[in-house]
Amino acid sequence: MRPFSYVVAPDPASAVAMVRERAGAVFLGGGTNLVDLMKLGVAAPGTLVDVTGLLSGRTERTAGGGLLIGAGVRNSDLAADPRVRAEFPVLAQAVLAGASGQLRNMATVGGNLLQRTRCLYFQDVTKPCNKRVPGSGCPARAGEHRDLAILGGSPHCAATHPSDMAVALAALDAVVHVEGAAGPRVIPLGEMYRLPGGEPDRETTLERGDLITAVELPALEHAARSAYRKVRDRASYAFGVASVAAALDVAGGIVREARIALGAVAPLPWRARRAEQVLTGRPASAEWFGRAADAELAAAAPLPGNAFKVTLVRNIVVAVLGELAGARAGGTA
Amino acid sequence: MTARVDGPDKVTGRARYAFEHHPDGVAYAWAVTSVIAKGAIRSVDAAQALALPGVLAVITPDNAPRLPGTGDPELALFQSRAVAYRGQFVAAVVAGTLETARDAASRVVISYEPEAHDVTLTAGHPGLYKPDFVNPRYQTDTAAGDFDGAFAAAAVRVDATYRTPAEHNHPMEPHAAVAAWHDDTLTVYDSTQGPSRTAGQIAVVFGLEPGQVRVIAEHVGGGFGAKGMPRPNVILAAMAARVTGRPVKCAVTRPQMFAVTGHRAPSIQRVRLGAAPDGRLTALCHDVVGQTSTLKEFTEQSAVATRHMYAAPHRRTTHRVVRLDVPTPSWMRAPGECPGMFALESAMDELAEACRIDPVELRIRNEPAVHPETGQPFSSRHLTACLREGAARFGWAGRDPAPGARRDGRWLTGTGVAASTYPARAMASQARVTVSQAGRYEVSIAAADIGTGARTALLAVAAEALGVPAAAIGLRIGDSALPPAMIAGGSMGTASWTWAVIKACRALRDQVRDRDGAVPPGGLTADADTAADVSALPAHARYSFGAQFAEVRVDADTGEVRVPRLLGVFAAGRIISPAQARSQLIGGMTMGLSMALHEESAMDPEFGDYPNHDLAGYHLAAHADVQDIDAVWIDEEEPELGPAGAKGIGEVGIVGTAAAIAGAVYHATGIRVRDLPIRLDKLLTRSEP
Amino acid sequence: MMACVTITDQTSSELTLRVNGAVHRLHLDHRTTLLDALREHLGLTGTKKGCDHGQCGACTVLADGRRVNSCLLLAVAAQGAEITTIEGLAGPGGELHPVQAAFVERDALQCGYCTPGQICSATAMLGEAAAGWPSAASASLTGPVTLDAAEIRERMSGNLCRCGAYVNILAAIADVVS
Repeated sequence: MRPFSYVVAPDPASAVAMVRERAGAVFLGGGTNLVDLMKLGVAAPGTLVDVTGLLSGRTERTAGGGLLIGAGVRNSDLAADPRVRAEFPVLAQAVLAGASGQLRNMATVGGNLLQRTRCLYFQDVTKPCNKRVPGSGCPARAGEHRDLAILGGSPHCAATHPSDMAVALAALDAVVHVEGAAGPRVIPLGEMYRLPGGEPDRETTLERGDLITAVELPALEHAARSAYRKVRDRASYAFGVASVAAALDVAGGIVREARIALGAVAPLPWRARRAEQVLTGRPASAEWFGRAADAELAAAAPLPGNAFKVTLVRNIVVAVLGELAGARAGGTA
Repeated sequence: MTARVDGPDKVTGRARYAFEHHPDGVAYAWAVTSVIAKGAIRSVDAAQALALPGVLAVITPDNAPRLPGTGDPELALFQSRAVAYRGQFVAAVVAGTLETARDAASRVVISYEPEAHDVTLTAGHPGLYKPDFVNPRYQTDTAAGDFDGAFAAAAVRVDATYRTPAEHNHPMEPHAAVAAWHDDTLTVYDSTQGPSRTAGQIAVVFGLEPGQVRVIAEHVGGGFGAKGMPRPNVILAAMAARVTGRPVKCAVTRPQMFAVTGHRAPSIQRVRLGAAPDGRLTALCHDVVGQTSTLKEFTEQSAVATRHMYAAPHRRTTHRVVRLDVPTPSWMRAPGECPGMFALESAMDELAEACRIDPVELRIRNEPAVHPETGQPFSSRHLTACLREGAARFGWAGRDPAPGARRDGRWLTGTGVAASTYPARAMASQARVTVSQAGRYEVSIAAADIGTGARTALLAVAAEALGVPAAAIGLRIGDSALPPAMIAGGSMGTASWTWAVIKACRALRDQVRDRDGAVPPGGLTADADTAADVSALPAHARYSFGAQFAEVRVDADTGEVRVPRLLGVFAAGRIISPAQARSQLIGGMTMGLSMALHEESAMDPEFGDYPNHDLAGYHLAAHADVQDIDAVWIDEEEPELGPAGAKGIGEVGIVGTAAAIAGAVYHATGIRVRDLPIRLDKLLTRSEP
Repeated sequence: MMACVTITDQTSSELTLRVNGAVHRLHLDHRTTLLDALREHLGLTGTKKGCDHGQCGACTVLADGRRVNSCLLLAVAAQGAEITTIEGLAGPGGELHPVQAAFVERDALQCGYCTPGQICSATAMLGEAAAGWPSAASASLTGPVTLDAAEIRERMSGNLCRCGAYVNILAAIADVVS
């Protein structure tokens, strides 16, 4: 780890200016990802701008009936919030499925969104990695890639985004509030992340110095009927092999609206829009859930060692949608 | 139940482990590790590292002191430019702070001359050869009768190949040492399973008399075999202390542990069983293929347990090994027995199915009266009783053997059974017992408590042998300045140490009795050495045995495996400290569960290392993976292995667990997984609509 | 509205850490984690380093009553928090905390290296459950929290134990719950 200077930023505008104007300056939130990466040498900032004190640690009700979650809210507080548990259970479940009690107490909502991939080659500075060092190559394709992407990858990078929380937020159409050089703005979560394409080092559309200040959840009545299912190699305390966040609005046995997002299978939280389209207006049945999953997975381009994820995702999409539909009277699964 | 005597120190944080000793002026050493798997160092540029404030030295093959004793290539630190595996220690930084040492280590620039490396074990690898012996000193191959003919003629045959991956011991405390020189004597606080052995080996490396090295290991945070011998960090700490003139601490980082602290090498094991229709074995063959490094030969003795488990007139066991450009393997809990019994017991499960015989009955039917290969009588063997007791407790009666036939909602359920075994041995050790005129006793022996509860057991036997309460006895262990003793390994610690301690205590008791109880002002001392007693052990077959039962649930949608119940029933001679013994046995079974479902160090052919080299990538069973595990034992008299009659229970717990779980998974799903770990992708099938 | 704050090139600072009720002033390299500050600078070696990357939980301490992995918390960023380590759990006369006593009673330890982290984690976990926080094992997100075996296992999964003392750790914690 290289030496670094440390400063506590007093307000968002200062923090933004500090990071914009000082080369090698980055924001410090809970530190659970940044400090880890600094010890690995993957991140080597010269200045840490501590924003934990200036970010809101509160979740407020918005005028539209949704929630505005301060970027400084710790993961554990988010999951424990009674409004989140009652109105957006998929989000509480997603957060609780991640990491450990200790890490959830430390991690901030803002930091969680920006955590880096767990790809073993990205994490090892002694090996090539197009994301860390553009153009150096991707050893994962011929090497260890069981945990990597089946959707959204490119010949340059198959890394996956490891956040569970972000998958639920993607399903809920979350909007990210950002403070930048030009002042505050909002970005739909789906537009904040970038697919790797030919530039896997560019993971977001954020600019240097952009500080996430809050995440807004639009009101969604049927989000009360939502769930997160995470599959991992250990019963707990492990990154996902595949996960699904879903919310289902069913009336008279017909799907009025489906929200489906997939985790651990793509470089960003994967909103399964094709599946949602197939399912809208169709019976809430196992057969249609399967067709929806198949439609989404038709675009899957797995690697030899992770092809099983296609079957796994299909199975858990069908299972979770079935549970959600069965939770309503007259549902079939 | 007697509570563990070091419990209060451990729950309060008072217990100090190696790295936690902080001599005045102590500096920190951080190793630089190779990034090639084979080749040589061309040059080392330490300029950037040396320029950092607080860096005291950068030690490289160019400037490292010459070590007189280079017989162990793993400890011949920086004596050559050759690189034998990726992750090998090739240089080191010594600095005043931990942070500076770590930073400077990353700035040492090494250029290499790499050579093409071979890190892939295959069953037909052209480099496989027959080693002179297998770990620790067993015969490489054995044979009796005509296996090939008998197998071909057998009514029922099983021929299957099983694979276990590389696994790492991963004690929670990384290897660590603090070394300080005082003139020509060296004191090392080390995390070691064997202070006496470690002190002796360090002395050899540095060309010292044994008395010039003192190793202190009061508390050790687990070992599981990885701390049975000194590792490069100990030599580095001592060398760095010599070079800088200051005490030096050196801990191995968790990622570094994957290369330099030993591990269990992968195995490819072919087991062939030929039986009559009633399940009685006529032919039995276990062929093991393994790997070692190019530095040291270590051949895991995976077929050795097969030699004594079951009767069969026609038999063969073989071991072949190939030297690859990989880290040097060594002991990991139950070396040999652990991977070997996964293969043998899985094959027995397949035979039970092929014969349509209950798997518990099958084993009982093949129980040998004497050691099947040597003809030696067993000193004590109660495998059958363990199987029967376990079956009764587990609710095995009436089990429907049909696979894939039970479902509870989305869970497929099944049960499995496997046998356990581990050799029961003792090695020579010495002990000293003193009593003061005031009636205070002190027992000294260079044993090590690595979590086994050795302290508690030794106090218990000393109290019994002396005929005084344990509170009147002070016990000193964990220091090579004390009477030399066997390492805490091979499940031999308790048997070896209690033998010496009881012998010394009885001698002291005799002295006290001879003086009619009057202890002179200078106190009384009795020393014991069990070397002659151990050599005089009759040539009998001595083992612990056990039976392990598993219940599993497999998620039909995802292939995730859960183990709601594990039961082990063991016969291991006298159990000295029941609470700690139960903890050890359950601990072994927990490690067996972890082996079955989670653990794999996957070698990357391109780089020659394990890319999953941390605890997020290498999964140890977490709390949520472990449900009900119980271990019980049946009373057993072990008449030969020393006055305590204890056989050692540190390792038998891990033996057989993985096979019981794999058998239960087969029973649940109809899918026979022969290569560990049993991960969900091996069980995943597309859900029915 | 932007306040003026100067960033210097200093890579170390005078820090104040409040640990177990005592105030410590140290001059520390910013790279020093709270874990290393405790172990190497304050002589509080009860907190253990198992992996140094937040992957094992051996370094668990309490910060303002919440369990955290001290290996990922920079000491400079830990200022202002009331830190409690294993050394701070026993009573003033050395009386063991109920969790400590239960661990001894149930032999919920073997080598002892993960033990301080387990105990600190369990202590805080009991508080989380009492505050009604659900977990991934909770049958309902909104109902009351019942610390049954499945709940305890899930909530304690951030503390690895290689010796495999989980069964007894569960029993010890269940004793304290009841």
